[in-house]
Amino acid sequence: MDIGQILHDLLFDYTLRTVALGSATLGLVSGVLGAFAVLRKQSLLGDAISHAALPGVALVFLLTGSKEAVVLVLGAVAAGWVGTLFVTLVTRQTRVKQDAALGIVLSVFFGFGILLLTFIQRLPTASKAGLDKFLFGQAATLVQRDVVTMATLGGIAVLLVVLFWKEFKLLSFDPDFAASLGYPVRALDILLTSLTVIAIVVGLQTVGVVLMSAMLVAPAAAARQWTDRLDVMTILSGAFGALVGLLGAVTSSQVARLPTGPTIVLYMSGIVFISLLLAPRRGLVAQARQRRHQKVQFAVEALLVHLLHHEGCAEEPAESTLDHMGAHMHWRDAFARRVARAAVVNGMVTRANCCFKLTPYGREVARRAMVR
Amino acid sequence: MSRNAVSITDLTVAYREKPVLWDVDLEVPEGVLMAIVGPNGAGKSTLIKTILGLVEPAAGRVYIYDAPYAQQRQLVGYVPQRGTVDWDFPTSALDVVMMGLYRQVGWIRRPGRSERKAAMDSLDKVGMADFADRQISQLSGGQQQRVFLARALVQDAQIYFMDEPFAGVDATTERAIVDLLRELRAAGKTVVVVHHDLQTVQEYFDWLMLLNVRRIASGPVGAVFTDENLRRAYGGRIAFLSQVA
Repeated sequence: MDIGQILHDLLFDYTLRTVALGSATLGLVSGVLGAFAVLRKQSLLGDAISHAALPGVALVFLLTGSKEAVVLVLGAVAAGWVGTLFVTLVTRQTRVKQDAALGIVLSVFFGFGILLLTFIQRLPTASKAGLDKFLFGQAATLVQRDVVTMATLGGIAVLLVVLFWKEFKLLSFDPDFAASLGYPVRALDILLTSLTVIAIVVGLQTVGVVLMSAMLVAPAAAARQWTDRLDVMTILSGAFGALVGLLGAVTSSQVARLPTGPTIVLYMSGIVFISLLLAPRRGLVAQARQRRHQKVQFAVEALLVHLLHHEGCAEEPAESTLDHMGAHMHWRDAFARRVARAAVVNGMVTRANCCFKLTPYGREVARRAMVR
Repeated sequence: MSRNAVSITDLTVAYREKPVLWDVDLEVPEGVLMAIVGPNGAGKSTLIKTILGLVEPAAGRVYIYDAPYAQQRQLVGYVPQRGTVDWDFPTSALDVVMMGLYRQVGWIRRPGRSERKAAMDSLDKVGMADFADRQISQLSGGQQQRVFLARALVQDAQIYFMDEPFAGVDATTERAIVDLLRELRAAGKTVVVVHHDLQTVQEYFDWLMLLNVRRIASGPVGAVFTDENLRRAYGGRIAFLSQVA
């Protein structure tokens, strides 16, 4: 497969264009709303909502017999919303904690949804097939009208996030303070959660209820690694989502029998993995490097203080060799050499005949280290 | 006799039937620097949250300058407990301070240059101007507390409620907060502080409320900070208290 052909297909092949647009849209919308869900510690709520949406889809089908995306999506939104409401009610009215309430809602709603799906499978009607795509997602079944529905709903959700940006930011950071300012915190909370429900529902047909919460949490978790600003994080999170949506759609179109939803999620996991590992400052590699740097820095200070202590004494020559220092401080040879190199490079000591001598600067650093 | 900045009558608050505050009356005269002191679980934070309308009382009334809080919001500044927010939130010190101005900015609109300047001035007042662009997780506990104070200052309120501003801060910050409290009093503001350190009550404050679910006593520090009152507020744990008083 060559890039030119893929680009051509993206623009002119109806199926690929539709699937790619739909996947990118779902990635963008869930990435943007996911940033807030993650910061508000509601990652699990996304999982509960997406599982809770399943019985909604099935019920609406049973009631109307329609498989129109708009109709099914409305059912999913309603059920996801009721699920959220249950979580809130159970948490507020009983002594059950939120994590348990989420677990209960997730499994009860999902179980009910599976039950309804099984029931629908056994119906004699001809139009029964295809609802199980909501379970694991089936991007190939997307048609242009589905994408228009997704883009409209998702567009509204993203637009509202832009409009209520500072209110949502304050709500996420410090709801008590927001309430003291007179913001209708409960209403804002309901609005933001409803937008999260929409973001999830937008992706259900493509990714499915089981994997959808990954699309909410993963882009945001990856984006958080790279920045300390909410606006950058949100944009980055949306961009990650859209990118993996696109990549997943293209890849599964090129490889036979590769399902789009799981491919998207796998790409996303790759980005999360890279972000956790390599991000500057927050990444694991950067943190390990910083810890090592601090260790060397501390050892250099110990070396300087030691030299200062013995400066001008009779035993100075014996005390100021690297071998002696290493034995004294229980440093391994390689580490001792690194400490010595760091001290010399930074102009804190000079080295002659295996003996260290403090420079004026090194003396200064040693004195400061002792005060601290 | 000056006006009352805050007046509370018959206030009762309960969480799941257990009373947290019971039949509390309180009058805070304008211009005082008041501490609310009491043992853990005495309802100190709850009292402040109820005054601010964050907790719904089971009974009783709260008035700020003779009107309900909802009408007097712009007169009130609030410093929540530092531990109630996630300091790893991706935002800068300056951003947090500007949150104090969101209501003035209004719905949907973004804070602009004048808000940035007001927030910078406020950060400067607490000695944090150099940290304006710092991500808030990179600040020490004391610095974070000062950012919260700056956010309340920028509200330019008449009455300030502060929930444990001295909890877990370094000596520099403690000094800075005390100076700030005195400045506020000198400017005619009323300040109500939830406090936990009996050693410093007499030095820092001129007005005091002792609370343990019920109001034990309130009034000028000299009159309220007595052995007898402390014994009633803290129950049996008075061995070291009598040395303090």
